Amino acid sequence: MTMIEAIRDAHDVAMAADDRVVVFGEDVGFFGGVFRCTAGLQEKYGKSRCFDAPINESGIVGTAIGMAAYGLKPVIEIQFADYVYPAYDQIASEAARLRHRSNGDFTCPLVIRMPTGGGIFGGQTHSQSPEALFTHVSGLKVVLPSNPIDAKGLLLSAVADPDPVIFLEPKRLYNGPFDGHHDKPLTSWKNHPLGDVPDGDNAIPLGKATITRDGADVTVLAYGTMVYVAEAAAEETGVDAEIIDLRSLLPLDLDAISASVRKTGRCVIVHEATRTSGFGAELMSLVQETCFYHLEAPVIRVTGWDTPYPHAQEWEYFPGPARVGEALKKVMED
Amino acid sequence: MAARKSAKKPNTSKEELLGYYREMLLIRRFEEKAGQLYGMGLIGGFCHLYIGQEAVVVGLEAAAKEGDKRLTSYRDHGHMLACGMDPKGVMAELTGRSGGLSKGKGGSMHMFSKEAHFYGGHGIVGAQVPIGTGLAFADKYKENGGVTFTYFGDGAANQGQVYESFNMAALWQLPVIYVIENNQYAMGTAVKRASSMPDMFKRGESFSIPGEAVDGMDVLAVKEAGQKAADHCRAGKGPYILEMKTYRYRGHSMSDPAKYRTREEVQKMREDHDAIESVRALLLNGKHATEDDLKAIDKEIKAIVNDSAEFAKESPLPAVEELWTDIYA
Repeated sequence: MTMIEAIRDAHDVAMAADDRVVVFGEDVGFFGGVFRCTAGLQEKYGKSRCFDAPINESGIVGTAIGMAAYGLKPVIEIQFADYVYPAYDQIASEAARLRHRSNGDFTCPLVIRMPTGGGIFGGQTHSQSPEALFTHVSGLKVVLPSNPIDAKGLLLSAVADPDPVIFLEPKRLYNGPFDGHHDKPLTSWKNHPLGDVPDGDNAIPLGKATITRDGADVTVLAYGTMVYVAEAAAEETGVDAEIIDLRSLLPLDLDAISASVRKTGRCVIVHEATRTSGFGAELMSLVQETCFYHLEAPVIRVTGWDTPYPHAQEWEYFPGPARVGEALKKVMED
Repeated sequence: MAARKSAKKPNTSKEELLGYYREMLLIRRFEEKAGQLYGMGLIGGFCHLYIGQEAVVVGLEAAAKEGDKRLTSYRDHGHMLACGMDPKGVMAELTGRSGGLSKGKGGSMHMFSKEAHFYGGHGIVGAQVPIGTGLAFADKYKENGGVTFTYFGDGAANQGQVYESFNMAALWQLPVIYVIENNQYAMGTAVKRASSMPDMFKRGESFSIPGEAVDGMDVLAVKEAGQKAADHCRAGKGPYILEMKTYRYRGHSMSDPAKYRTREEVQKMREDHDAIESVRALLLNGKHATEDDLKAIDKEIKAIVNDSAEFAKESPLPAVEELWTDIYA
């Protein structure tokens, strides 16, 4: 199963189990989504439960908040994470704070899905990784799966969650894992163990990281596409890295992070998003706070550059295995 | 076609018709070439072709004066060619080369030209609408008689910031023409599926902004409507809305198989309403041009387009250092 099919399957399971779940967004109903993540849902559940919205992100999120406050469970799609900014006010000022400012009278069980990240030659308005804009807002949860099994399991947990969840889907991983070697043939989820998605309700709890590669020398903190890039970098450099796929940025599995860093004594943090005030800065602070006396070298970040996402020279921007590999070697030398 | 000419535009000159023919053909052939280069892998990512909609921008450019400004969405190649930007620079931006109008930084959706008063290519649906409103504010402030053509699509017409713009433009009586290119599909969603009131030209009524629907496949009708709207703006009467009823023949972008409409629907539009074929018929029926004259134009356009493609292939990639330029002053 591809990640797209896994996401569609999660919708199907959630909609079948609970008629409060409604799904909408731009091109989501009749057309089944530009990436096909909601294909077939309108036929199966009808137009009142899976439908098209006009192109108005602020309106989509705002109405979903109202629905959520009065007992529905909207799962909405923002077509690209790059399109979310008109809705940011509704997310930051309304969805995130409804529970707190109503003293818990009203809540916002809402999932906002968005394809995120680069590597598809999308340029500055179809490639961004805005996760830190959401982790910076109290009251939101932020989830970012890296494979079909996790995508389905985490989406089911997100739908069941009583609070607003930002669900970021690395679109470069929709059809197969991607290790940053853009000139190699594409690989597919078909026959990949992580594409073997179980039927039914196999929710994976939010806030639990997973170790994708055991290692003794350095801990790599990654999520989304960067998990595969880090794996490739470890293989190519021979550095015995322990790679942690965070899966959920908020809540964050700090226990898993500190246990690993305390073991290895070294840490490299990797993300596609721009560097300054990126989520890597938060991770670095937490590692420093919890593991300082175990560290044998300064923590290193490998990130996108502090520039708009480029059209030309995409692979100079995208943190590929070469840049991650350099960081692994450097952290071992320090 | 001859009937249309005599009924609607008895005074259209041969030169004017030939100009429209040439400019619309340039856009179409350029876009076809861009589609080919995309297929060959020379253009990657997102690429939105303007094929079918040529009469809108060509007719409106005929109503514009030097110094007028224009900006649009991501379906922007036609607008750039119509306002005189170099086809080589446009094509090389599509291929992401240093000879591109944004040195490869912007790509298909994000190009600009100070010289041509072209304020972008904008990748975010509707984002250009308040910006166009601000350009018009600056025109009014400077009292220079300029008008801003702010293009957006039927999908963008549902964005909230469009109505914020309408209110401000009417409140401050700004010289802006809102051109709604209604090609009937917002990506894969037909207008009726996403718009409670599909008559887009009426969308300004509650702000007292006059609006009219125009046959956007008829370049002469577009020009006439554009002239009227521009005169209105230049006379200090505030904004104007033109809903251009048009149609895109290709998918929303190169990756869109367009399964949300039938092949027959597209075919019928091409056969009965094609803007270029209409002008061609006017030229031939009115004895303004012979088949050979038009063939000569076709050849000339083909050469321009081929040159642009060659340039776009040969222009080198931008230097890696360009990633970090033009971030701050």
